[in-house]
Amino acid sequence: MIEIDSLTKDFGGFRAVDGLSLTVPRGEVLGFLGPNGAGKSTTMKMVTGFLRPTSGSAAVCGYDIQQDRLAAQRCIGYLPEGAPAWPEMTVEAMLRFAGTARGMEKSTLGNALGQAMDRTELAAVAHQPIETLSKGFRRRVGLALALLHNPDVLILDEPTDGLDPNQKHGVRRLIADIAADKAIVVSTHILEEVEAVCTRAVIIDQGRLIADGTPSELEARDPLHGAVRLTVDPGERGSVIDAISAAIPDAFIDPEGTGALIIRPGAHSASDVAAALDKANIRTGGFTVLSGRLDAVFRTITQTEDRQ
Amino acid sequence: MSAGNTLTAVSAVMRRELASYFATPLAVVFLIVFLLTSGAFTFYLGGFFDRGQSDLYAFFQWHPWLYIVLVPALSMRLWAEEARAGTIELLLTLPIGIGAAVVGKFLAAWLFIGLALVLTLPIWATVAYLGDPDHGTILAGYIGSFAMAGGYLALCGFLSALTRNQVIAFVAGVSAAFVITVSGAPVVLNFFSGWAGSAVTGFIAQMSFLTHFGEVMRGAIEFRAAIYFLSFILLFLFATRIAVERQRS
Repeated sequence: MIEIDSLTKDFGGFRAVDGLSLTVPRGEVLGFLGPNGAGKSTTMKMVTGFLRPTSGSAAVCGYDIQQDRLAAQRCIGYLPEGAPAWPEMTVEAMLRFAGTARGMEKSTLGNALGQAMDRTELAAVAHQPIETLSKGFRRRVGLALALLHNPDVLILDEPTDGLDPNQKHGVRRLIADIAADKAIVVSTHILEEVEAVCTRAVIIDQGRLIADGTPSELEARDPLHGAVRLTVDPGERGSVIDAISAAIPDAFIDPEGTGALIIRPGAHSASDVAAALDKANIRTGGFTVLSGRLDAVFRTITQTEDRQ
Repeated sequence: MSAGNTLTAVSAVMRRELASYFATPLAVVFLIVFLLTSGAFTFYLGGFFDRGQSDLYAFFQWHPWLYIVLVPALSMRLWAEEARAGTIELLLTLPIGIGAAVVGKFLAAWLFIGLALVLTLPIWATVAYLGDPDHGTILAGYIGSFAMAGGYLALCGFLSALTRNQVIAFVAGVSAAFVITVSGAPVVLNFFSGWAGSAVTGFIAQMSFLTHFGEVMRGAIEFRAAIYFLSFILLFLFATRIAVERQRS
């Protein structure tokens, strides 16, 4: 549904996006990650036809965004960065304008309007000017605008920014609900969001793609992936370390505060650690297998990039 | 994009823009100021009664000067505000052509000035009641004034598309409107006629709004003036389109 091919954008001498290639098929929710200024928003602005690429191309629903801009834009729902809105318009007037500009018939528009406001829980403020709304409501107005015409492709630039935890949960559930027959791209800083809704995540830094995989594949890149966290009595600490070192010579054992140990079993697995403890007849308070954390992976790879 | 789609887009943009004028005090303030100043100029400075003639020359002669200040006030937000607030991104990611957006916004502002002119119609009724005016001349005056307002609007709208700062758009608009107005005033022409050839002086006079509007005020609808204002509008709408397009790079 979305095909991005060596997309590049220069602002003056600064290269914001550098030869980015990416394909997003139907049914996929792609988490678009990267530090601030990595080129996420610039990429989205190009794919939605707002900015013109310096080179490379992007196609949405088979329409080239440069050659066939309006056709491509007809199948995109877009929430721009910061959810801009005309402050003096009411929520309903703004949605109605977008629908009319998209050429929707009156009756279709009426239904679409109701559905979009339902999904984003905006009915209560339908007749309020947008400038009187809180940040969370404004974000949801932007979201309703993107959903209005039930597009095949959704491009959402930080859709949960400024929402409270309940609203964030609501938006994630909404994305999951409609994901099956759409291609959705969500940019975010919130890594738990990626685990919650995304089927795939890419990390970009300095305009380039530096990681691409399912959230669990990315988590596996954390050195702590598969490590064991043990809660131990300070008195037993020494015997636990001895027992594990004896059974698994290549294990890394890091103390975490005074009450816990993090054991990276190297080539062995967590069950080997458990077996070693069993064999030495040590009972510990807590035994947790860590799955790796996306934010650790994110920090590791984006900071390595910085140093290069 | 088919012609029908384009029309729908133009009308959607136009109606949104017009509605936004009336959602804020802008519309009311503009209309009141326009009516008060045009009335004051007509009766006090223009000597409407002292002239003892049943025409609206005293009314129309002030229009270029009113527009110099009021049109930039109306047009300064046209594009600058969209760029500052980021709503330009919403507008240009809807499936509407840039040309349609430019024309829709222009038409909204032009129609709004048209409304301001319609609200001055009581002054026509006044001369009709007091005397026996040449209604053709007055109608020509109204049409000419409306066309001229479109010219100022296209020029100042273009300037608004060059900046994201409304104040800059306003100041640049007033200056540009002033220059295009006075290039036909005797003081400017005398300045040039001393040393520039008559061809140059003639060209400068031809570019002036005063020259063309003066023709309109004196007689029936001047075909030449109509063509002039219309081409001026088209030229600057085209320039606006390029200026908006530039924001995409």
